[in-house]
Amino acid sequence: MKYLLIEDNKELAQAVSTRLRLDGHVVDHAESYADAILFSDNGDYELILLDIMLPDGDGRDFLAHHRSQRRDTPVIVLTARSQVSDRISVLDLGADDYVTKPFDHAELQARCRAVLRRKSGSSQTITRLGDVELDPVAGQLSVAGQPLVLRNRELRLLELLINSPSKVFSKQKLFDRLFAYDDDASENAIEVYIARLRKHLDKSSLTITTLRGLGYRLDDE
Amino acid sequence: MRYILFLILALLLAPAFALDWEDQQLFEGNNGTQTLRVISNTDTAIFAPVIQSFLQSHPQLNIEYNVASSANVYSSFRSTPDAYDLVVSSAMDLQLKLVNDGFAQPIEDIAHPAWAKWRRSLFGFTLEPASIVINKAAFKGLPTPGSRQEMIEVLRENPEAFTGRIGTYDIRQSGLGYLFATQDARVSETYWRLTEIMGSLNTQLYCCSGDMIDELAKGTIAISYNVLGSYASARSDVADKIEVILPSDFHNTMMRTVLIAQTTQKTSAATLFLRHLISSRWSKPDTENVSLPPLTTQQDNSQRSIIALDPGLMVFLDAMKRKTFIDEWESAIIQQ
Amino acid sequence: MMSKAAFTSGSLRYRLAVTLIGVVAVLTLLFYFVLRAYAAQIALQSQDNILNASVTAILDAAIIRDGVVKIDIPYAAFSMLNTETDDRVFYAIYQNSSLLSGYADLPFPQRESRMSNTYKSGVYLGVAIRQVTASRVLVGGDIRTRITATVAQTQDSLSGILQRIARNAALYGVGFFSLAVVLAIWATSSTIDPLKRLAESVARRGPQDLSPIVKPVPSEMTPLVSSLNSLMTRLDKSFSQSEEFIAEAAHRVRTPLATVRSHAEVTLQRVDKEENRQALRSMIRAIDESSRAAGQLLDHAMITFRANQLEYQAIDLVELARECVQRLTPMGDMRDVELRLETDTTVLVSGDAILIQNAVRNLMDNALKYSPVESVIIVKVRSEPSPHISIIDQGAGFPSDEMHALVARFTRGRNASGTIGSGLGLTIAQDVALAHDGTLNIGNTTEGGACVTFSF
Repeated sequence: MKYLLIEDNKELAQAVSTRLRLDGHVVDHAESYADAILFSDNGDYELILLDIMLPDGDGRDFLAHHRSQRRDTPVIVLTARSQVSDRISVLDLGADDYVTKPFDHAELQARCRAVLRRKSGSSQTITRLGDVELDPVAGQLSVAGQPLVLRNRELRLLELLINSPSKVFSKQKLFDRLFAYDDDASENAIEVYIARLRKHLDKSSLTITTLRGLGYRLDDE
Repeated sequence: MRYILFLILALLLAPAFALDWEDQQLFEGNNGTQTLRVISNTDTAIFAPVIQSFLQSHPQLNIEYNVASSANVYSSFRSTPDAYDLVVSSAMDLQLKLVNDGFAQPIEDIAHPAWAKWRRSLFGFTLEPASIVINKAAFKGLPTPGSRQEMIEVLRENPEAFTGRIGTYDIRQSGLGYLFATQDARVSETYWRLTEIMGSLNTQLYCCSGDMIDELAKGTIAISYNVLGSYASARSDVADKIEVILPSDFHNTMMRTVLIAQTTQKTSAATLFLRHLISSRWSKPDTENVSLPPLTTQQDNSQRSIIALDPGLMVFLDAMKRKTFIDEWESAIIQQ
Repeated sequence: MMSKAAFTSGSLRYRLAVTLIGVVAVLTLLFYFVLRAYAAQIALQSQDNILNASVTAILDAAIIRDGVVKIDIPYAAFSMLNTETDDRVFYAIYQNSSLLSGYADLPFPQRESRMSNTYKSGVYLGVAIRQVTASRVLVGGDIRTRITATVAQTQDSLSGILQRIARNAALYGVGFFSLAVVLAIWATSSTIDPLKRLAESVARRGPQDLSPIVKPVPSEMTPLVSSLNSLMTRLDKSFSQSEEFIAEAAHRVRTPLATVRSHAEVTLQRVDKEENRQALRSMIRAIDESSRAAGQLLDHAMITFRANQLEYQAIDLVELARECVQRLTPMGDMRDVELRLETDTTVLVSGDAILIQNAVRNLMDNALKYSPVESVIIVKVRSEPSPHISIIDQGAGFPSDEMHALVARFTRGRNASGTIGSGLGLTIAQDVALAHDGTLNIGNTTEGGACVTFSF
């Protein structure tokens, strides 16, 4: 997916961009209100992440501009404010959702998916491997033309594996990517989800191989 | 029995009051325990039916009835007010003066027309006009006088027929006579002309209406002036011999009045009798012999000149005034 | 639950009305007594006039005939004294100092002047009388003598007239008084009205409206209004300053935290050594915990501030719950927890939307936190028996030994210190419920999940 990140704090912008790219997304970063207008007017983004406090203009002004251009690209606001009234007014101005800093990357991703699902119902970028198609936004898996709906964690696990076929993922890594940090689930839960995915992919050309002591790997036959 | 009681009473009372009683009688209720003492100038014969009708409905009471002339009623009551419970008199002026001077007791809640009472103490209960009464036989061939003027004319034209045969009150003795005379004099000068004529014809003077009517019936006198018509009408025995004429020019109408003594201990019983008097229950048509004309509000009183109960009545009681009036009267009526 | 009532020292309206009515009462009494005294004087004067006429008539009738004084009292001299109440009449006529006729014991007034008549009130035969005395010199032949006449009358009629006048005066007085009371009340409220209007317009303002009062007020009220305006200006300034401060402070703290957290997450993806990963995880957890605590503390502070001046408006609880569910659905998705809404079509209440939303969001947040993976949270919005929102999860429920402590803390009220996480979330919801005269009930379902009900 292609993201536009509008954030004046360079450090944060860099960290967020890196984190998004790790998941295989494309990120453009705008540092100021002027840049933001420039990027958004010229680029074709699936999602815009907007810091509400900018040095040369309020994020609210960007929202107003954005909506006046009749673009339907979803905007998720990143806010450091905690006033309840502020959160509400951001939504009133036409943002689709918001996250309060500091945010959990998983949460941000979940919100992005939810916003996109609400807006368009499916993703522009559908991943294909073998006879399997995955729409990460709709959470829909298609095996040899047969649609299947995945649970969120199943989806996210499969998304990870399918984006890097034949790559070995350790149990710990999968765990960190899948579970929120306040979860007290054990790494064994990964085995449960791997088993479920295997069942879903039973009739497909894809197989998940367990490499004892190393982790898991997705392969196309 | 009643006679004996009366004698005892008379003997008991005689030394106390050297009074010239015309009559004294005790009327007893069937079980009379309380005795009301009434002093009155109304003849017992005329007043008895009134008392008897009262005792019938109030048998627990007795009534001691004392009769004297109106002047005596006044002076006797004034000198010994606690000897009587009720005072009945035809002399309205004297009665009014008794009330004015504080001898009467006000009685509340008596429904009676305002013109017939004074200070809620003095109550009129009859209406009796002053009349001319003639002996029918004596006037045979003569015109019947319908007014004072006609009387003057008939007297003037027939002096021989009337000399010594005219009667009227001796106003020096009779309170009622004095009242009628003074009221006459107030109304019209005719009174003095009539008195002059009567004086010139040697008029007989009487103390009381009763005496005059007796003489008229006998024919001793032919005509009397200012007699109570009620007394004449009451005498059925002489009804065919006399005729009562109400003068058409005017006739003074007197109210017989009653008051309750200020000092009486028997106020409630006295009030019962007072209510009986003014109720005119005593004058039911079936009650024979009663001839006092009751005061009723139904009858038309506008044509009568009823003597008003007001302080003016006291004017002629003024000693100087009275002396002047009587001097004048004497010089007119006594010409020998 | 509005701001505390001010201390009062009596009511201005009451004081004004009582003063006016008091003045009216005094005036009415004065009116009554003056009228009565005046009427008494007039009545007495009319009695004096009649008595005077009577005496004059008597004296006029006095003549000397043959050297003797004769008085032919005219009938009218006494007749004119007739009254409605039949007043008694007494008189006496003297020639020099010897009685000619009349009541010898009638008190004979000492005459100050031989020219004018004497008027005197006194008592005769135990009753009050009014007495007029006059005299006249008679000359006849060689006799010259003084005739004095005195006529007295009781005062029954006079007191009757006075009683009637007093009664009428009292009636007029009562009428006057009632009318004046009505006018006084009207005058009072028309005087107080601008003050009342000012108070109402201040009370009607929203809590955020700190603009100066510009409506014209009576001159007596301008000092009050100008100091009120200056107070509001200062308050407005201080409010916006502190709001700015909080927002700025949060921004300053949260942005670096966000940076650190994002870096940590990225780093976690790159390192393989387990002890480093463990350290990074703890760091991220610590950041999350402190940010959540800071958020709740700020929310709590704001709710405490707002609860004193609620901005009431009509709210559809169903709509509000739907928004909250939508907002939290992504969080649920992360753990495959479904937020299921079961509602009536609309449930209308009156309240502060921001506070209620905050409370409901906090409750759902808690439910999410304690829900097991792949479970369902049911959010019920019903109007019967009273409007309420229930949030039921399939977690372990409230530990029965802690439930009493939780309830006790609510009844003790805003004891927020030292409670972070679910405890503070419940406290926020409880405070909001109290501010709306509602209740917050916590309990466990028969299956063991927690059930929290926020009702109005």
